[in-house]
Amino acid sequence: MVSATLDIPRASAAKPKVRRNERQRVSQAKAAPSQETLWMIAVRDHRDKAAFASLFAHFAPRLKGFVMRNGTSAAQAEEIVQDVMLTLWRKAHMFDPHRAQVSAWVYQIVRNRQIDVARKENRPMPEALKEEPEAEPDATQIVAIEQETGQLRAALAKLRPEQREVIEKAYLGELTHQEISNQTGLPLGTIKSRIRLGLQRLRHELKDLSE
Amino acid sequence: MPAITHHIPEPMMAAYAAGTLPHAFSLVVATQVSMSAEARATLQAHEAVGGIVLEDTSSVAVSDNMKSNLLSMLDDPMPEEPVYTRNGVYPAPVMEALKGREPRWKTLGMGVKQDILAEDEFGSVRLLYIPPEQAVPDHGHNGLEMTLVLQGSFSDETGHFGVGDVEVADETLEHTPIAGAGEACICLAATDARLKFNAFVPRLLQPLFRI
Repeated sequence: MVSATLDIPRASAAKPKVRRNERQRVSQAKAAPSQETLWMIAVRDHRDKAAFASLFAHFAPRLKGFVMRNGTSAAQAEEIVQDVMLTLWRKAHMFDPHRAQVSAWVYQIVRNRQIDVARKENRPMPEALKEEPEAEPDATQIVAIEQETGQLRAALAKLRPEQREVIEKAYLGELTHQEISNQTGLPLGTIKSRIRLGLQRLRHELKDLSE
Repeated sequence: MPAITHHIPEPMMAAYAAGTLPHAFSLVVATQVSMSAEARATLQAHEAVGGIVLEDTSSVAVSDNMKSNLLSMLDDPMPEEPVYTRNGVYPAPVMEALKGREPRWKTLGMGVKQDILAEDEFGSVRLLYIPPEQAVPDHGHNGLEMTLVLQGSFSDETGHFGVGDVEVADETLEHTPIAGAGEACICLAATDARLKFNAFVPRLLQPLFRI
């Protein structure tokens, strides 16, 4: 078990950095970060190849399916999957579980790679936030982000099939900006609930940095 | 960090996350995300949706060959990539577009200067320098114009824009932006069409200045 080697404290033992009501909501459900997050932290902090193999088993077949949905050949899809997984290994230091789930981070990497292959251009990327040196992983925050994402996922699962299809097309990169603007069915309300938590964390980090 | 009063519209953020926003606008989004915690949280929420779509994609088996190839590459030396960091008022994505150099200002008249950072068939993106209290001539647009303030401020018929604020204008807006007093106003401005100036630069000269 990978998690045995991690420095992450259990949520019940973590120093709470969020408000009491948030903490209670978190502790009612699962109290530990997801397996994917633990694997990713093991890769980031310990260059753990067994954890990487587990991440590969989870993400590589999904990535291949994702890339092939726009008609990319199986052979080219495999090349892209290989590049994405190698980037995940090499840029593991950029992964911050307090802000993103592994799937969101991998999504960003695969879209960059697809854009690079299709358009021969690099998508401009935001400045990386500086990590607080020796920052303790805050399991409460990690779990909270995962739960918010779980709620977002549940909300997306409840959409009518045609709305769900629009979401998938938009995030697979099949809709132009204009086409997305013309869609009225995007569930922006549920996305916004996810934003609030992320913002709370970012404000907290940026405040720490400026002090 | 100043309060952002003028945000990037939600469909534009979704298109950026999905990688379908044209390069010129993507640079403005990446730059604003570098300046604003709120924009960053919004982007992360959209990436979370992308991650959910990826997670829910049907798997396609990958070849053992690719996996063993990949695993054999993990200990290879990492390729050197230039890392750009913020320099003065220019966040990292702008420094990357400048390839690490200082802006090369070209005079447009009346003290207004520009440096075109990128141009393709979908649009162009430039830095604009407007002296304090100088008006940029009244102009309309054929398409979309996105202006992000990096230094100083400007005001027009729709409001006041300070550092980190972004104005998104379409063909319905005819406006006369005026730089605020004090510091010169430096903006990052993207368009998907040539601006239509009503005065200042005769229409015939526009191809010459590429504005």
